[in-house]
Amino acid sequence: MEHISTPKVENVKLLDRYASRKAASGTLYLTATHLIYVDASAEVRKETWILHHHISSVEKLPLTTAGYPLLIHCKNFHVAHFVIGQERDCHDVFTSLLKLSQPVKPEELYAFSYNPKMSKESREMGWKLIDLKLDYQRMGIPNDSWEITDINKDYEAALCRCSQPLAGFSARCLEDEQMLQAIREANPGCPFMYVVDTRPKLNAMANRAAGKGYENEDNYENIRFKFIGIENIHVMRSSLQKLLEVCEMKSPSMSDFLTGLENSGWLRHIKAVMDASVFLAKAVREERASVLVHCSDGWDRTAQVCSLASLLLDPFYRTFKGFMVLIEKEWIAMGHKFSHRCGHLDGDPKEVSPVFTQFVECVWQLMQQFPCSFEFSERFLLEIHDHVYSCQFGNFLGTCHKEREELRIFEKTHSLWPFLLQRKQELRNPLYRGFAAYKELQPNTLPFSFQFWCGMYNRFDKGMHPKQCVLDQLLSCLGHKVTLEDNASELENKLPILDGPLPSQGCTSPKAGAAAAKAPTPPQDCAEGAAPVLSNGPSLGHQKHKESPAQPRDLRASREDGQAQHQG
Amino acid sequence: MEFAELIKTPRADNVVLHRPFHLAVEGTLCLTGHHLIFSSRRKDNTEELWLLHSNIDSIEKRFVGSLGTIVIRCKDLRIIQLDIPGMEECLNIASSIEALSTLDSVTLMYPFFYRPMFEVLEDGWSSFLLEQEFELLSSVTNEWRLSCVNKEFSVCPSYPPLVIVPKSVDDEALRKVALFRQGSRFPVLSYYHKKNGMAMMRSSQPLTGTNGRRCKEDEKLVNATLRSGRRGFVIDTRPLTVAQQARAKGGGFEQEVHYPQWRRIHKYIERFNILQESFIKLVEACNDQSHNMDRWLSKLEASNWLTHIKELLTAACLAAQCIDREGASVLVHGSEGTDSTLQVTSLAQIILDPRCRTIRGFEALVVREWLQAGHPFQQRCAQSAYSNSKQKWEAPVFLLFLECVWQIHRQFPCSFEFNEHFLILLFEHAYASQFGTFLGNNESERAKLKLPQKTMSLWSWVNRPEELSRFQNPLYEANSLVIWPSVAPQSLQLWEGVFLRWNRTSRFLEEAEEERINIIKYNKELQAKVNALRRQLAELETDGQVQEDGP
Repeated sequence: MEHISTPKVENVKLLDRYASRKAASGTLYLTATHLIYVDASAEVRKETWILHHHISSVEKLPLTTAGYPLLIHCKNFHVAHFVIGQERDCHDVFTSLLKLSQPVKPEELYAFSYNPKMSKESREMGWKLIDLKLDYQRMGIPNDSWEITDINKDYEAALCRCSQPLAGFSARCLEDEQMLQAIREANPGCPFMYVVDTRPKLNAMANRAAGKGYENEDNYENIRFKFIGIENIHVMRSSLQKLLEVCEMKSPSMSDFLTGLENSGWLRHIKAVMDASVFLAKAVREERASVLVHCSDGWDRTAQVCSLASLLLDPFYRTFKGFMVLIEKEWIAMGHKFSHRCGHLDGDPKEVSPVFTQFVECVWQLMQQFPCSFEFSERFLLEIHDHVYSCQFGNFLGTCHKEREELRIFEKTHSLWPFLLQRKQELRNPLYRGFAAYKELQPNTLPFSFQFWCGMYNRFDKGMHPKQCVLDQLLSCLGHKVTLEDNASELENKLPILDGPLPSQGCTSPKAGAAAAKAPTPPQDCAEGAAPVLSNGPSLGHQKHKESPAQPRDLRASREDGQAQHQG
Repeated sequence: MEFAELIKTPRADNVVLHRPFHLAVEGTLCLTGHHLIFSSRRKDNTEELWLLHSNIDSIEKRFVGSLGTIVIRCKDLRIIQLDIPGMEECLNIASSIEALSTLDSVTLMYPFFYRPMFEVLEDGWSSFLLEQEFELLSSVTNEWRLSCVNKEFSVCPSYPPLVIVPKSVDDEALRKVALFRQGSRFPVLSYYHKKNGMAMMRSSQPLTGTNGRRCKEDEKLVNATLRSGRRGFVIDTRPLTVAQQARAKGGGFEQEVHYPQWRRIHKYIERFNILQESFIKLVEACNDQSHNMDRWLSKLEASNWLTHIKELLTAACLAAQCIDREGASVLVHGSEGTDSTLQVTSLAQIILDPRCRTIRGFEALVVREWLQAGHPFQQRCAQSAYSNSKQKWEAPVFLLFLECVWQIHRQFPCSFEFNEHFLILLFEHAYASQFGTFLGNNESERAKLKLPQKTMSLWSWVNRPEELSRFQNPLYEANSLVIWPSVAPQSLQLWEGVFLRWNRTSRFLEEAEEERINIIKYNKELQAKVNALRRQLAELETDGQVQEDGP
């Protein structure tokens, strides 16, 4: 609390960015972890909570007639525009927030103080929920010196990743050449392998001058070398900045918006990441070739394309549990520097970049094209995206495994995954057709297939979103389903007891009679899909559901088979 | 005229049909008076394609040696390609298609030859009569009357025989007002807002000219819709400068001095060739197969299509706002009152009136505010986005309206009884149809063509229960509120169902739709089952009690 000099400020206004309606008036509180604004002018008590770690910038704007404006931009794209009456209060809040939003020491991060009142055992269980060794077993490979990210059993082709070779203009490494040969030979189905450099060719060539660079096709036997132009973290950072400026424009014309969207380059970058992933997936699927992927360091672009390609190839990664495994494996274990890229601590702003945000968006773009192929909904993605920045859970702290052990994250903090799994019902995709419905995804990557993600970048501007939510509607239907099925079977059980055989159809309405007569085909309830995999997770309380007589046992059985087979 | 004269080669074998996202198929091509028919004639799986000649927007022929290729671009925006062996056959077929798809006489169109294969349960030509509309109105107010001043279309050729006007204005005055409005389109009732008794009227521009001509009867008619002491709004769909320039050509606008109780708001809505060009550019952008994001976004922007959508929605929201929020009556017009005026009045009703969001109510809206109101469908929809004709009167005015409805639908997915397919259906039939509904430019022309006697109405077909079920929105729950759409650019999207329909696979989206329908249907069936069981149980319990209570 040392940073908080003024914990409470009254008569603070919160401006609505778009609606010209009257600004809210209320009280602003600073706690150790949150900024909380309580709207006193609303009929119903309305609170706005902003986590300090979510704050990316705080600005004091020039004095207006209403008072001293304070503009807060958040990493989850929330923008809050407060107006504070007294200059002194405004300044106090400003300086406090600057310190609170970017702590200097890792120990100050929220995860180390977050206490959800959970037993030590469950906390430890939570950390064991996602076990990468199990995933490698699932794919049927032992760990070896290569960081193999995915192997496709049907094709025996492998997706591998590494960093750029330190080739300079002429250096060679015989062991490296042999290693690649070994990977290629491990796949008898294809006489060559791809080496994919996810950077634009120009960047890679520039790197040669610094003694780094890319594989020389002449030195490596039977490799096909390919550049895929994904821009570097600095280009991506400024692209997002431009995109957000477009999102924040006050009543832009259609033309302003589309021109701004184009000039930001954001969708171009999203498409580049997607194109690269599609290329990888296609090489493995169609040419049955192994692919070695790298960029410069191997933890940004490589993480994006390898995780997305895995998602395209393997339906397991489109389940709740599978997606968690994917993030643990391709991002956390492979050393994506969350701490630097997300700016968790006061550090070099040039290291910050929306690499993970782009991955999340690519997944969302896939969801738009394949609405029934993911077990989870957009909300799950937003939830994960929030927590990558929130520092509330230990998963995304630090920059690599070593650092995380030094921080004693596994002893001192909680894992995000069990918390998300507990909320599976609200985060699931009601349209999910189950594990076996779609094997590989082959998205269309023509430019018109990519949409602006209003739900992410204008997420807090509710006025822009559809006013009725189909997702909520469908979730509530699925929620009622269990109750209704229970009611129906309970009533059915009562009937014969009262009066032997069922009464004639005459006494029911024809419609209801018909409905009762032909057992309605229930839509697949796919929230159960991943149940076997989740056996070591927290109890999710669907047991009752399973006994429900109207459940399609055949469907469930076949799905579980699919799952079991996959785990084998 | 005999169609046979136009068909030199009625049939060609070994023709190969190419469509995006389908494997090429070989088969036989036949030409009839109204259809191009392709049949794969494979024993295992016969595939047939029937294309109305009137759906063909443009054709292009190419030759490589003796193999000819015809590319057919349709008004519904689909593109197909036919490879036809033999140069002569190909040339013959191409010229036949060209001739048959550009017949200049309406009475040669397919609706005059179409014989329905279904039983007509309800004649769509008399499903939506203004008398019924007026009856509904009479149950809430007696301030309006049904006038047959336009019987025989003698006063206004583009109005229907019956119109609803203020009770206090007699037919004699209406005749005078007609002389003061372009094309004689005097102000008539478009919509009555039951909630507060406010009215929306529509008309064409007043013929004030440069010397500020006025018409006492017009002023009286317009003022008759005002509550005492209240103001009204004139929404002029032209910018002020255009309205001012119109005076030089005898047109004009309501001047404050003569209409002191009215406030004029100018909302610019594009018309005619500007819209058609926008449409052509957008479709061109959507057909661009290059993988260049910047190019796509800049073409999308340059087409201005979404700008037109945004402006139209904004104007409709304004009209709705004046009525519902300001409690004021509204008069909408542009120049002729047959295009942008109708877009605004019909969209405002979608926003304000829950009835217009039902299937039946939407059909009534299209009949009342578009067909009877004299939107010149035949001129506007003569050609679609692939035409090179560049005629001033061709414009996707109705399509823009449909897309705006789709945009509102997307923001209120549970408030409409119909689904997206219903809107697409109307788009298709406005441009090419076996039904007579969208033929002619107004009711007068339709009467002369005897369409109700000689052709089938689209509504006769679409309102049959088995057809209707395809157009129902499973999420629909009647919503009696006014629905205010967002017009922020982030809230508006390209209408993929129309513009990307032929450019991508729809399988996965269709499966999602299926899944949504299943979830809702199963839920409803379960609910019905539980209710039925409860009732049975209750009945048995009372029966049991009766028996127990008995002797």
